[in-house]
Amino acid sequence: MPDSNNTVVKFANIQKTYDGNALVVKNLNLDIARGEFLTMLGPSGSGKTTTLMMLAGFEAPTQGSILLEGRSIDNMPPHKRDIGMVFQNYALFPHMTVEENLAFPLKVRKLGKAEIEARVKRALDMVRLGAHGKRRPAQLSGGQQQRVAVARALVFDPKLVLMDEPLGALDKQLREQMQLEIKHIHQELGVTVVYVTHDQSEALTMSDRIAVFNDGAIQQLAAPAELYERPQNAFVAQFIGENNRLQGTVLARNGTTCKVEVPNAGNVQALAVNVEVVGRPTVLSLRPERVKLNPPPGSLPNIFKAQVAEVIYLGDHVRIRVSVCGHDDFVIKLPNSEGVVQLDPGTAITIGWKTEDCRALDAS
Amino acid sequence: MAIIAVQSARSSNGMSLRMKLQRVERRHKFKAFVLVLPLVLFVLITFVFPIGRMMFSAIHDDTLLTLMPRTTAALSAWDGKDLPDERAYAALAEDLKQAWAHKTTGVIAKRVNYELAGAGSQVTSSARKLSTLSAGPYKAALIEINPLWGQHDVWSLLNRGRSAYTAYYLLRSVDYQYGPDSQIVASPPQYSVFRDVFLRTLGISIGVTAATLLLGFPVAYLLATLPPQTSNLLMIMVVVPFWISALARTTAWVVLLQEHGVVNDVLMALHVISQPAELVYNRVGTVLAMTHIQLPFTLLPIYSVMKTISPNYVRAARSLGAGPFYAFWKVYFPQTLPGVAAGCLLSFILCLGYYLTPALVGGANDQMVSYFVAHYTNEDLNWGMASALGAILLTATLLLYYIYNRLVGVDQLKMG
Repeated sequence: MPDSNNTVVKFANIQKTYDGNALVVKNLNLDIARGEFLTMLGPSGSGKTTTLMMLAGFEAPTQGSILLEGRSIDNMPPHKRDIGMVFQNYALFPHMTVEENLAFPLKVRKLGKAEIEARVKRALDMVRLGAHGKRRPAQLSGGQQQRVAVARALVFDPKLVLMDEPLGALDKQLREQMQLEIKHIHQELGVTVVYVTHDQSEALTMSDRIAVFNDGAIQQLAAPAELYERPQNAFVAQFIGENNRLQGTVLARNGTTCKVEVPNAGNVQALAVNVEVVGRPTVLSLRPERVKLNPPPGSLPNIFKAQVAEVIYLGDHVRIRVSVCGHDDFVIKLPNSEGVVQLDPGTAITIGWKTEDCRALDAS
Repeated sequence: MAIIAVQSARSSNGMSLRMKLQRVERRHKFKAFVLVLPLVLFVLITFVFPIGRMMFSAIHDDTLLTLMPRTTAALSAWDGKDLPDERAYAALAEDLKQAWAHKTTGVIAKRVNYELAGAGSQVTSSARKLSTLSAGPYKAALIEINPLWGQHDVWSLLNRGRSAYTAYYLLRSVDYQYGPDSQIVASPPQYSVFRDVFLRTLGISIGVTAATLLLGFPVAYLLATLPPQTSNLLMIMVVVPFWISALARTTAWVVLLQEHGVVNDVLMALHVISQPAELVYNRVGTVLAMTHIQLPFTLLPIYSVMKTISPNYVRAARSLGAGPFYAFWKVYFPQTLPGVAAGCLLSFILCLGYYLTPALVGGANDQMVSYFVAHYTNEDLNWGMASALGAILLTATLLLYYIYNRLVGVDQLKMG
């Protein structure tokens, strides 16, 4: 958690509406620490890009204030904010060479010629494009253009760097390679990065902290592991990683745990995360890899009968879709290690899970 | 892979892969050719051939050669220094008699009159008088009938008529002509109008193109950046004039700009001016009306290019520290250049050929090359001059296009 004197950006009670009716961003409060890699993750229309655009200065908040290094930037035009930005389709200037693109922010700042040359060279070397300086962006591959865009956003030592789905246009393999590359550049330079994406694995790979956006609000703000292991609500559980959902009603609450009645199944012992009162509906969230196959009777608090519906072989793991508790879309993931049981569709099995792996969340 | 490729290259019937490919491609090419054939024929018949014929007329004139065959034949022996001998005069007399009999004197007179102003009527009267003269010697008699035939320049002219080709029309189009000894001299000032006309055509075209660019660029920018519902309305306002005939629009300008027209009345009612300003039948009216007509031609290519420029470029420039104007000038504007170049080239070339608008709203000193082409075609029936002016305009346009291509590169152009 960032403390106040280490905060680079502070969103204070930000609201944004385009049409005067619907709020695109609802009462956003967020502190971004110096040197942090913060990802805004969410489906399209969740308000993450609007938030980024407000920070960059291309949109104005309808209400609230954004502070950059403690000073309000509400009335500061984008070019005075000293924020580097990487755009979705790179936005490299097509009529300039790679070097001219990199020199652009330095020329605007009226740096000396030698200084500009040295910095451009350093930036090109950083992204391993030293030999491509004289080329036009159109002559580079997608990945190379991406690296130039990153270098251009960093070359003038901005206070922070914003990235708006920068890897969206690349194919999967290149995207994964670039994720690591950007992560390493961040670690090397220690620059503050605010990253927007709708790809949860990208967010998990790169971020120090992830803000999960939905419906104009941050659903949860946490480190990747925390987000995956301990989702605070049904949306986060469902959006980050895979997740089995069981609808039920809270029967009893006992400290940190609760008893939930699932129709056609019986009672389930679960961790009470986001349940308020007894008698209310809830959604139980279970990670597929936390479900045990054929546990010894009595070894787990939750053991149910199930039937194998489908087995999908995926190389490193096997996905088994089973019918349980009246749901036939319940998925179990088994690592493809030695001693995997052979299962045929229709086989009767038992499955079980620990109380703390089953999280009782809001019934959204 | 390589083995498979080699095997299939030598296929069973012994034909190589390359030959098969060629055969398939030949069939495709033939189909494509048949599809474009009607258009090719249309262009050839209605465009290439007439233009070629027109260009040819600019240098081809066999009036004297066909109507005065004896004279031109006799003149082949002339040394061109003094007056020709009796033989040439006898031939001239016979030619003129024949011409009088066949009623072609007028054609000869007109041709002579092009190069020797006022000599046409003398040719006609000589022919009339000659028709009563039965026998020679003709030299003294002809000079007696009309002193024209004792002048060296008319004989030079007839001597030039020995060739079916003449540079006279082209020379005349750039204010040169033949002197008494067939040397090329500058036309006398009262006939030197064409260089001015060409420069005027060029000047008006450049002016109008610049005006359309200045007016059209901001509108194109608005069209490309405003939200759709607003920009659609604006687009209709830009395009509707495009659908009205140029004649109607030009006439409307006359109504607006005339001495007691709307504009003058309003300005006088507002006490901006006390006397009606001269807005029409002069350069102001011409440029105004032409600019109005040309505006969409410049604007639309610029708009279509601007439409493709992502707003992210300017955003990127702003985020990198460039102020609004700097970002526009260094990042946005250079990307619009293909459209600007295309729009300006289109407008400029269309302006070069303007006839209607200057004829209706211009004064005597605002007429462009096309006016003179029309004048020579419709009134003087001097097709040689009309062709020569047209040929020079065409050549100048192609030359400008070439230079433009070297400077800008036509492959850079984007019409949309």
